[in-house]
Amino acid sequence: MKDKIRELLGKLGGLPVAVDTLADGADLYAAGLSSFASVQLMLGIEDAFDIEFPDHLLNRKSFASIDAIAETVSAIVEGREAA
Amino acid sequence: MNMMSEIRGAGLVERAREVAAVAGKHADAVDKEGRFPHEAVAAMKSARLFGIQVPILLGGEGATIAEIAEVCSIIAQECASSAMIFAMHHIKLSSCVSHGMGDEWHEAFMHRIVREQLLLGSATTEAGIGGNLRNSICAIEVDGDICRLTKEATVISYGKQADAILITSRSHKEAASTDQVMTVFLKDQYTLEQTHVWDTMGMRGTCSDGFLFKAEAPAVQILPKPFAEIAAESMLATCHLLWSATWYGIALNAVTRAQAFVRAAARANPGTTPPGALRLAEATAELHLIKSNVIAGIERFEAAKEDPAQLSSLGFAVAMNNVKIATSQMILSVINQAMIICGIAGYKNGTPYSIGRHLRDAHSAQLMISNERILSNTATMLTVHKLDTSLMG
Ligand SMILES: Cc1cc2nc3c(=O)[nH]c(=O)nc-3n(C[C@H](O)[C@H](O)[C@H](O)COP(=O)(O)OP(=O)(O)OC[C@H]3O[C@@H](n4cnc5c(N)ncnc54)[C@H](O)[C@@H]3O)c2cc1C
Repeated sequence: MKDKIRELLGKLGGLPVAVDTLADGADLYAAGLSSFASVQLMLGIEDAFDIEFPDHLLNRKSFASIDAIAETVSAIVEGREAA
Repeated sequence: MNMMSEIRGAGLVERAREVAAVAGKHADAVDKEGRFPHEAVAAMKSARLFGIQVPILLGGEGATIAEIAEVCSIIAQECASSAMIFAMHHIKLSSCVSHGMGDEWHEAFMHRIVREQLLLGSATTEAGIGGNLRNSICAIEVDGDICRLTKEATVISYGKQADAILITSRSHKEAASTDQVMTVFLKDQYTLEQTHVWDTMGMRGTCSDGFLFKAEAPAVQILPKPFAEIAAESMLATCHLLWSATWYGIALNAVTRAQAFVRAAARANPGTTPPGALRLAEATAELHLIKSNVIAGIERFEAAKEDPAQLSSLGFAVAMNNVKIATSQMILSVINQAMIICGIAGYKNGTPYSIGRHLRDAHSAQLMISNERILSNTATMLTVHKLDTSLMG
């Protein structure tokens, strides 16, 4: 899942640095993720994982790092499987 | 009881009204001469209004956003520039209160704001960036215990009169343009070389000249949180809400003047309904809509305040943006109605029904962080954020 997230981040994140230089826990906002790009990334992830982010997860923290995104996506996917 | 506690003890609304009375006396001169409303600001200081937002623990009064908004609206009814200065001061202060607690330097600074009634200015706008708050070109340089910053700040309201300026920059020389911090610089720690003159259509008393800002100070004065968080969790909301409260006050006073005009006409011709009465009814309906909008925004902020996840959510940002967009557009139509009601008496300066200053001041609202920019941000967020389907929240 993280590889897919990294791929999307590289494509949509508009970061001034290469995604491979970022650790999973690195702060994406500090790395230059703009609010516009973060929304593009959210859209890309919704599409790639066939999920919809509920509004309470559409916040800065859910997208602060690759780890945080993976956690957010897992929570949604697991919630769906449980349901 | 000593003098100080007596003043503090007085109700906030009464103190605001006293300030408004002073502001109103000089509003036309401030507008005409494009000068700083020093009488009104002195009155704010003696009413001790600059420290109200500081927590009680640090000597302030712990005023809520609703209380501060009420003060903005009261003062704006008499002088929009004075109210905007008060609003901008409290927007800056909200960043200290929300993000400086627990930090020794910033707590001491808040204490000083109360004690000395310091006036805080803001420098986010930058040459080459404009109103794109979440981007900076300039970078702060931290050298041991010291930080230095040079910024081409094209708009700093009351830059010359402020006692301290809170200024955004990139967090270091190599940082991305969105990796920002905000730093407090005290008056004796910066120099301002004027580059732009604020000779504008309205809001002439905010004296928002442009400057080349150069500063050096202890690095502990950098706010301990990334500006991205400060913007999302305190500044975005307080800007839109306190600005909107101020704009509402302008519109309210224009309608109050129109009502006085209609009442005078009704008294002059008992038994008939004056021609402006219907328009007045229409204007009050719109005014009510603006008021409801501002109140709903304030309630939403109060509810979200204790929860950073909510404060930084897209839904919250969309809601705050919408308050700003709607208020800034609707006040123009309401004030214009007031002008139509008062006719030439409204168009002329120096009559009890003059609306010209209101209309000119109100025109700044759409540009103060361009509505175009805000709408395009909202548009982006709406590609993922889904609208709330309930009526009551
Ligand atoms: C009364 C008043 C007091 C102020 N005080 C201060 C202060 O104390 N400190 C401070 O830092 N700033 C202050 N400002 C500045 C304010 O916050 C904005 O930064 C400024 O008004 C924006 O200026 P601009 O329109 O030239 O720039 P820009 O934001 O660059 O916009 C220029 C124009 O480009 C268009 N545009 C820009 N972006 C977009 C977009 N994304 N989509 C579509 N169109 C776009 C819009 O039509 C806009 O009008 C003040 C402004 C006012 C009116």
